[in-house]
Amino acid sequence: MRIALAATCLGDAMFPQAPTAVVRLLERLGHTVVVPAGQACCGQMHVNTGYQREAVPVIRNHVRAFAPVADGEWDAVVVPSGSCTGSIRHQQAMVLDRAGLGAEARTATAVAARTYELSELLIDVLGVTDVGAWFPHRVTYHPTCHSLRMLGVGDRPLRLLRAVEGIDLAELPGAEGCCGFGGTFAVKNADTSAAMLADKVRAVESTGAGYLTAGDYSCLMHIGGGLSRSCRSGTTADDGRGVPPVRTVHLAEILASTHEMPWSDPDPGGRRGRSLPGTGAHEQAGGSRHTTEVAR
Amino acid sequence: MNARPARTSSSDAKAGNVTFLGMPTPADPLRWGPSFPDAARRELGNEQLRRNLGHATATIRAKRAAVVGEVPDWEALRDAGSALKTQVMDNLPELLQELERNVTARGGVVHWARDAAEANRIVADLVQAKGATEVVKVKSMATQEIGLNEALEEEGIHATETDLAELIVQLAGDMPSHILVPAIHRNRAEIRDIFTARMGDAPPDLSDVPRELAMAARAHLRRKFLSAKVAVSGANFGVAETGTLSVVESEGNGRMCLTLPETLITVMGIEKLIPRFQDLEVFLQLLPRSSTGERMNPYTSMWTGVTPGDGPQEFHLILLDNGRTRVLADEAGRSALHCIRCSACLNVCPVYERVGGHAYGSVYPGPIGAILTPQLTGEPSDLPYASTLCGACYEVCPVKIDIPSILVDLRAREVESGHAGKGWGAAMKAAATVMSDGARFRRAAGLGRAGRVLAGKDGTITRLPGPGAAWTDSRDLPRPPKQTFHGWWADHEKAAGTEAGSGTEPGTEAKPEPGTGTEEER
Repeated sequence: MRIALAATCLGDAMFPQAPTAVVRLLERLGHTVVVPAGQACCGQMHVNTGYQREAVPVIRNHVRAFAPVADGEWDAVVVPSGSCTGSIRHQQAMVLDRAGLGAEARTATAVAARTYELSELLIDVLGVTDVGAWFPHRVTYHPTCHSLRMLGVGDRPLRLLRAVEGIDLAELPGAEGCCGFGGTFAVKNADTSAAMLADKVRAVESTGAGYLTAGDYSCLMHIGGGLSRSCRSGTTADDGRGVPPVRTVHLAEILASTHEMPWSDPDPGGRRGRSLPGTGAHEQAGGSRHTTEVAR
Repeated sequence: MNARPARTSSSDAKAGNVTFLGMPTPADPLRWGPSFPDAARRELGNEQLRRNLGHATATIRAKRAAVVGEVPDWEALRDAGSALKTQVMDNLPELLQELERNVTARGGVVHWARDAAEANRIVADLVQAKGATEVVKVKSMATQEIGLNEALEEEGIHATETDLAELIVQLAGDMPSHILVPAIHRNRAEIRDIFTARMGDAPPDLSDVPRELAMAARAHLRRKFLSAKVAVSGANFGVAETGTLSVVESEGNGRMCLTLPETLITVMGIEKLIPRFQDLEVFLQLLPRSSTGERMNPYTSMWTGVTPGDGPQEFHLILLDNGRTRVLADEAGRSALHCIRCSACLNVCPVYERVGGHAYGSVYPGPIGAILTPQLTGEPSDLPYASTLCGACYEVCPVKIDIPSILVDLRAREVESGHAGKGWGAAMKAAATVMSDGARFRRAAGLGRAGRVLAGKDGTITRLPGPGAAWTDSRDLPRPPKQTFHGWWADHEKAAGTEAGSGTEPGTEAKPEPGTGTEEER
């Protein structure tokens, strides 16, 4: 299949490891990946913050960049983000329609009909659950709100994860609760957002997992920021120092990881990749906190 | 939003020696207190409140999920409830007239009230015409919304709330913080203190055992039921076809109020209509399971006009607008009027669970309050932003109100009317310029690398300047990557050899880009 990748603005600029992993994964599965160069952003942040008029050129650009899928030039568009997929599917045509751009709204609808979140693409379109991945770590999964409730991906991401060789999946308590990100909510209502985040961070840390995964880098950025801060302030480490935070990895990164090309830290110079003295497993089963860096 | 002055009700403050920290009765029940972010910060600081709320909402969430899960056709019921309410909104004038005709034909008197002041005036006049100075009340959101108790007090009429939780709120000189469980922010020790100090006839050795608290309230209320000549209620449903009104409650206090007094006055929002008696079948399944997590509602009272020799011999129905026709006129927001006040959306809302009802500055808190309050008042509000758009509310709503979508629409309205802040407007405009062009975006993303200097030596950004501090006050941020995805893709393509059509030279702005090549075709 020829699959166009919408890298998402956040994925392109801040978390290239996610779209990169999608390319590696899909090419490994024998598909051709296309990256339309005109793409930038789906417009979700603007729409959800109330700036529908400002969102119009952003959405038009996205629709223009991916319009060839509506003409059959590509078979599908894949997005490594539940919330961007949700915006493409449920908001873009509405905003264009309101702006009086009926024809473009119809194109947007046609593009959206062939646009899939990663787990939807793999399971529903490509019909694959075991992608041949290897990720020998203890992992917990956060089902992001928009994947869960706007798209209804259900347990697709979990089915994909369960098929990964070597993975030790730990159930996340209160998994379906929002992490408190909510786009500009995190800034406009920072205190409430932080209170929600604190609960999510506690839940993640209680699993004893070394890695937190999700289908959205926006939520992972939020929870990851909380995990890093929690670790920094020593609230989770017994000795209050030197314990690396639970790492955040996109679902695509786990699925792209294999024996031949295992997952590697995208920013090895950073704290999150710094090796601490001692060796041993990065994560321990049974809910206790990991104390040393993963040996790769 | 500006802080609005609170009006102190007569039952507040000096009535006892103890002062109960609560929310003093405001001048406008739909607009009070500081802005949502400020009020939320205040409430978040109250550990006791967070514990009470966390416990209560978790319990009721689990109860609801269990009883909803056992109904095989729950989704079909939701569809039916939604369709019926849409039908009501599409035919509201005709259905209201049908209701008026049928209530009148059965001996009731129908009054129309444009706003809170008119409704309160009508009730006060009716009570005074009976020469009464006391009324008993059934728990009602409509009368909370119009501040009826305070308005009656000014006319020398004392209204007694007979729902247990409403009684607690009233005795404490407080405001409700939940649609169904107005005293959800109180625990039983606080309730014992409130009863002992304010109820007058509470046993001096009252403990905080729930049964004892309930018995004390019961004895107190029984005297009120037996002496009151006039009762005031709201209505869960008004059946246009028959003129039947219905109140759904759990304690039996409603049944007392609806049957014992000589005169019954019902204040009903005009959106509470349902077309036919048969339609109750749908709503009496949806409501109890969604609100209290019960399979069947304990006390469902229905009355049609006046029945000689049985129940109140005088019945007045006040049909209340108070902003509802404005909501109805709005195509995008009108489904907020479908609400049957079950409060399932409050119980699942992660924001409500943390901050509680008082932070919303309205008698309608939580997700439904965030869409209903600004629409009813028609005034600028920060409530549409009091949500992460997580969608849990929409998922549980028994009449399928798409609250997240309405929130997004109301945000657009705030922006359009210029109430969203100039800084945000400028930032969004600048972002839109960058994000509406692939080449411009890639240039900007490439520049993001400069942000790496903000990181400490461990590669993490812990402190951002200016508005970014709202993020880094409680979260870190990874430093931007050395190479953007598009940069990587260009290398990847080069390494793989150029394959026709797959995004040639994405990093080079000057060259034609296949992805944008469709422009000419369209």
